[in-house]
Amino acid sequence: MSLPTLTPQDIQRYHRHLIIPDVGSVGQRKLKAAKVLLIGAGGLGSPTAMYLAAAGVGTIGIVDFDVVDVSNLQRQIVHSTRNIGRSKVESAKERLLDINPLIEVVGHEEPLTSENAFRLFEQYDIIINGCDNFPTRYLANDAAVLLKKPLVDGSIFRFEGQANVFLPGQGCYRCLYPAPPPPGAVPSCAEAGVLGVLPGMIGVLQAIETVKLILGIGKSLQGRLLLFDALEMQFREVRVRRDPDCPVCGDHPTIHELIDYEEFCGMPPRESSVEAPVAVAV
Amino acid sequence: MPVEVHVPPLLQKVTNGVKTLRASGSTVNQVLSDLNRQFPGFTSEISDDSGQLHRFVNLYVNDEDVRFLQRMETPVKDGDVVSILPAMAGG
Repeated sequence: MSLPTLTPQDIQRYHRHLIIPDVGSVGQRKLKAAKVLLIGAGGLGSPTAMYLAAAGVGTIGIVDFDVVDVSNLQRQIVHSTRNIGRSKVESAKERLLDINPLIEVVGHEEPLTSENAFRLFEQYDIIINGCDNFPTRYLANDAAVLLKKPLVDGSIFRFEGQANVFLPGQGCYRCLYPAPPPPGAVPSCAEAGVLGVLPGMIGVLQAIETVKLILGIGKSLQGRLLLFDALEMQFREVRVRRDPDCPVCGDHPTIHELIDYEEFCGMPPRESSVEAPVAVAV
Repeated sequence: MPVEVHVPPLLQKVTNGVKTLRASGSTVNQVLSDLNRQFPGFTSEISDDSGQLHRFVNLYVNDEDVRFLQRMETPVKDGDVVSILPAMAGG
């Protein structure tokens, strides 16, 4: 595929990229051609989306079905007080295009489900996970593995965060965490709280990793789980290996299609089974 | 032999808020048993009734997941760092 050309507006706006030898004109054209999908316009999705928009990533998709709540604004910096009650997708789109009108922002105002995940993921090169619950984490992982899409993952809890990158064929979220905790065993941010600044740190790490993947430069977080402790102001990392016994990306996979992730995570069945929406970033 | 153990926020309720502990043992299993002596209820937070480690909790010796070593029988030596990392979902 040939890369798009840079317009005079692009050249002005991205000057500080263009003068870095590792980015340059070709790199900026790669960014312009790139299509990334953000799962959730929440704590992690906010800084990730804003920096990727500013960096000139040509197409940013956002999947989220939620509306902006006043309690989101302590950390979800893509949204504004005047947008309370408005859809997060619309609110984020407005802010991102305000930062950079030269890009395209595509809103997918729907929950990510087993029914729509393939349709959504197929349209993008890289999936960035900023969701807030286990069913969506396993769903996003399986869909990314089955479609061979890179997944840039991040998660947060109170003062601590984790980030890593899963590249096709090199291990996945199930290799790292084979099974979800039973409901209630690991509290969510809504239940346990989260330092408002923390998703800024982890979300920006995800944005950096995404840009590096698009440019094809540097050493990615693939194979490494980066751990951040805000109270200690400490970064550590542990190794992430591909598990040959992994049910989705192992040598003899048993999962070949998307399943019911709420059931997988031990949640009671819904009364209407037509479509089982999975919550995205609160 | 003393090793350093990093404890996640969820376990700090049984360690009186302490996140870095010292424990003795020559395997991961022995280190966890020592921690359970120091802090009763410690292992039940990360294992099921039969003593199996929960599958959403990972244990690392230094930077290596014990599932890819010798699991609970993974040897540890003086100065090793054992990390307990449950999955987190927040975003």
